[in-house]
Amino acid sequence: MAGGQERILRRRIGSIDATKKITRAMELIAASRIVKAQGRVQAAKPYSEKVTDVITNLAGGGAGGDHPLLTAAEQVDRVCYVVIAADRGLCGGYNNNVLRAVERAIDADKSQGRDYALVLSGKKAAGYFSFRGYEIHASYEGFSDQPNYSDAKSMAESVAELFENGEVQQVQLAYTRFLSMGSQEVAVEQFMPLEPSEIGADASEDSDSGGYEFEPEPAEILGRLLPRYAEARLYAALLESSASEHAARQRAMKAATDNAEDLKINLTRIMNRARQDSITTEIMEIVSGAEAMSKDDDDELKDIIEQSLEGSFASLASDRNNA
Amino acid sequence: MQVELVSPEAVLFSGECSQVVARTVDGDIAFLDNHAPFIGALDIGQTQLWANDGVVSLAINGGFVEVSGNSVTILSDGALASQDIDLEGAQSDLQAAEQALSVDADDDEAANAKKWAETRIQVSSAG
Repeated sequence: MAGGQERILRRRIGSIDATKKITRAMELIAASRIVKAQGRVQAAKPYSEKVTDVITNLAGGGAGGDHPLLTAAEQVDRVCYVVIAADRGLCGGYNNNVLRAVERAIDADKSQGRDYALVLSGKKAAGYFSFRGYEIHASYEGFSDQPNYSDAKSMAESVAELFENGEVQQVQLAYTRFLSMGSQEVAVEQFMPLEPSEIGADASEDSDSGGYEFEPEPAEILGRLLPRYAEARLYAALLESSASEHAARQRAMKAATDNAEDLKINLTRIMNRARQDSITTEIMEIVSGAEAMSKDDDDELKDIIEQSLEGSFASLASDRNNA
Repeated sequence: MQVELVSPEAVLFSGECSQVVARTVDGDIAFLDNHAPFIGALDIGQTQLWANDGVVSLAINGGFVEVSGNSVTILSDGALASQDIDLEGAQSDLQAAEQALSVDADDDEAANAKKWAETRIQVSSAG
């Protein structure tokens, strides 16, 4: 019966409306977090710039490039991938893009006979790789929303240990670079060994040291500074990824809100039609009933029929107005 | 001279100072105006900045200092101003570290933890 269908539709509209409210709220939350995350990206810049400055000056002062973090292995047998993804889903292709890029890179390595090691940040990364049977070296979670420097530090330490022990000969960093609100891209970059050219440590050793005094020796300062540089770089990647995550989530939730709105309009239209159909059927039944009755000259019954007809017409009219 | 104290998460201090005293791994060092260019690694210890509106005391948990062109830059991933120090937390950390040292006197981590706790207590009581 048509009335039953109407009730089902009304329930569906109610549930879509509730979903829409949730996605809308998530959209707004993500939007406000992008701004904060961008602020943190900016706030982290002075430190890494200064660290790079100091390394450049140290290299000028004759700090040799024989630190383990600067030494490239002759042959690469095993590559460590540091993968930065999110703890939560509902952010469109954000997680899959970076995870697929890493999987492709691992496949390419395998074809060259290289092994892999995975250091993951984010529940989604751990879920993805453990489901596919990859061996996970270390997995971190709980800070993809709002990473702290101490998070970056503990991650960088475990990666540096792998590298300095010689268990891996190269470390790649996979994250999502935040270019603007509208565009983010997956980046897979070499993390270790550090590129001397990138940190300005390739200045020739006999160049002018700028008259710097060093305390202690330049090489020792460099030894202390390079791990800090690696941490700062990982921290920057975590921050950019978190800004990208919020931007991706905002876009995904906006699309979901729009879809819910479309769905709601369509279902309302179908529901109104079903309602009108059921009223029309009702009227037909009453009218044919009245026809049958009119042969008996029963005034009392006629009154009852007329009243119920008026009621049906009124509700049909108000329905038309609403639709 | 211009002084900046930069942590990975923010610029903690930026302003004009007449004198800076910091503890490098080789000992305390003071910087006055127009100090010669200098790069040093900082030990766990107290750093003091003579700013225009008084002396600012900070507990530094290791870092770096660079002096060039009449400006001092301190880089540290663990710097606390005296008002931000949790004195009770520092005292309990100190006790825990001393206990660990009494078990194993060669425990470097505990020795550093002790130094960091002592620095925090010193800076907190001075500020």
